[in-house]
Amino acid sequence: MKIGVLIKQVPDAEARLRPTADGRWIDEQEIAFGVNEGDAYAIEEAISIAERTDGEVVAVSIGPERAREALRKALALGAHRAVHLSDGAFQGGDPWANGRALTAVARREGFDLILSGSQSSDAGFGCTGTLVAGMLGWAHAWLVVGLEVEEGGKTAQVTREMEAGKNELLRVSLPAVIEVQAGINQPRYASLKGIMQAKRKELTELTPADLELDPTQVGAAGSRLEILSVSVPSKGEGALILEGDIESMARELVEKLRTEARVL
Amino acid sequence: MANRVWILLQHRGTGLHPMSAEAIAAGVKLAALVGAEAEAILPCADPGSAAEEAAAFGVARVRVIQHEKLSDYTPGAFAGAISAAAAADAPGWIVLPHSYQSVDYMPRLAQLLDAALVPEVVSFRQDGEALIWTRPVFGGKLQSDVRVKGAGPIVVSVQSGAFPATRSDTTAPVEQLEVDATRIVPDREVLGVEEVAGEQVDLTQAPIIVAVGRGIGGTENMDKVEALAEALGAEIGASRPVIDSGWLPRDRQIGSSGQTVAPKLYLAVGISGAIQHLVGMKGSRCVVAINKDPSAPIFSISRYGIVGDLLEVLPALTEAVRAAKS
Ligand SMILES: Cc1cc2nc3c(=O)[nH]c(=O)nc-3n(C[C@H](O)[C@H](O)[C@H](O)COP(=O)(O)OP(=O)(O)OC[C@H]3O[C@@H](n4cnc5c(N)ncnc54)[C@H](O)[C@@H]3O)c2cc1C
Ligand SMILES: Nc1ncnc2c1ncn2[C@@H]1O[C@H](COP(=O)(O)O)[C@@H](O)[C@H]1O
Repeated sequence: MKIGVLIKQVPDAEARLRPTADGRWIDEQEIAFGVNEGDAYAIEEAISIAERTDGEVVAVSIGPERAREALRKALALGAHRAVHLSDGAFQGGDPWANGRALTAVARREGFDLILSGSQSSDAGFGCTGTLVAGMLGWAHAWLVVGLEVEEGGKTAQVTREMEAGKNELLRVSLPAVIEVQAGINQPRYASLKGIMQAKRKELTELTPADLELDPTQVGAAGSRLEILSVSVPSKGEGALILEGDIESMARELVEKLRTEARVL
Repeated sequence: MANRVWILLQHRGTGLHPMSAEAIAAGVKLAALVGAEAEAILPCADPGSAAEEAAAFGVARVRVIQHEKLSDYTPGAFAGAISAAAAADAPGWIVLPHSYQSVDYMPRLAQLLDAALVPEVVSFRQDGEALIWTRPVFGGKLQSDVRVKGAGPIVVSVQSGAFPATRSDTTAPVEQLEVDATRIVPDREVLGVEEVAGEQVDLTQAPIIVAVGRGIGGTENMDKVEALAEALGAEIGASRPVIDSGWLPRDRQIGSSGQTVAPKLYLAVGISGAIQHLVGMKGSRCVVAINKDPSAPIFSISRYGIVGDLLEVLPALTEAVRAAKS
């Protein structure tokens, strides 16, 4: 089974996010990037399926130069090869534009199964994997917390999260795009050996021409959404932030909870 | 472009999923802004009371697409049915709740209609000719204004809580909407629904909850949370990453895919305040946030806040509670 896993490099959860001077996106200087949380679970799922089925895992990412680090991480964890769409024409895409590019990669590679995250932690569209499935004419499932490829590899049993602590059990025919949700597995750590091996694994850079795509179909040019600005949401009334040393803040909080809020 | 806003309703049991009424509120508002008519569309096998319920929220009419292949939700059947209906009426805007079901098929619907996609909208406004949509990015730490380039229909989902449901004094008519049934093609086999294992802890009755987030760093610091919870007589809850990392069992999760709680006191410790967490606890009477990042969104829905390292704040707070109680 040849499995494609879609990974996006995003700012770390702890990163200090500040809009750029023109207010269009965040200032990427001095912040650390890593593999999108859901995608880390997708990598683990792909690798463990490949281990069981003697399959191959190809990690795919659209992103600037820096995104190569995320691909190297996937390789260190056990992905066999990586494809990087780093060409400038691919950057700044919305789910439509990125979906087109990722679909072209899937066709070129001949994947039997694609795993992705359910949502990116930066743009957070929650749509990219489903669009890829639609473009390929495949089935999909979003928010997957359990996946079992069935005997013969023609179908998979999928557990999909519903709201309020319920799950839905499904059978999906393959090939499909399975969009995994955090918690589906416990991702492994990269071993030192894995990290060393990753350096020698194949990492291919593709251009729109390699994928027989016109540069205007991908990236910002191929997008239907244009980002006008990012900003800090208004805080509303906000919290009363206590001041002072830790002990006095703690005492003041307890006092306020008893006499002002009357909840203690 | 046709002057119609379609609001896609979602069933729950025999009635209306509560987020549907919010989607209607957004759709009615959008229709007024762009000078269109708002219609609610209910794909289902049996409308139950859902169509009648939806009729009370200010739409021009409710239209029911009824077919047995819509009894179980599948993206193929739902997107197929709605796109078949849209082929005749060409709505310019389609509004869905940003729910686990709707978002699962929204991209497929957009594809069938060759429409632009704007997920998780929290507000919108007109600026000259353009509609500007505001949506959260970076887990709600920032928000982004976006615009759709080019013509064609626009499919948007609206975030829970952003557009409060408002009843109208009139009741809209309910009609059947006939569609080409060959377009209703289930693309999954639905095997069943299960309760997530071990839903043993009922947090909904707890008067005080100490909820812990990724900021706790690992199980080695959990004793500090336990000590505070014990001093307060509180239950311990958690954000999703704490559960996904295996630091606490699944039945302690609070949020859209966990429990919904409304205690009198909710202490959010090392939790940033992503929407999926907030929907599970924003009904709490008094929220206290403890976080080292003063810009964490959790502070905006909290009454009191302490900016600091939870590893220092938790023991100090435990001491202060004990002192006050003795
Ligand atoms: C479909 C879907 C469903 C989801 N369902 C849920 C759900 O039911 N419940 C849920 O909670 N989430 C859910 N999520 C995840 C949600 O989007 C967020 O990722 C999650 O709530 C973040 O958890 P957190 O605040 O603990 O972690 P983070 O966002 O990583 O925040 C950690 C916080 O801790 C602070 N911190 C770090 N160290 C310290 C320290 N030493 N002292 C003080 N503060 C510190 C940081 O400043 C930060 O604000 C869902 C996501 C999706 C896509
Ligand atoms: N630039 C990208 N490169 C590779 N995969 C991506 C990219 N953007 C999104 N994805 C995949 O699509 C999922 C959903 O992303 P999104 O639609 O942005 O929420 C992510 O978790 C990734 O698996």
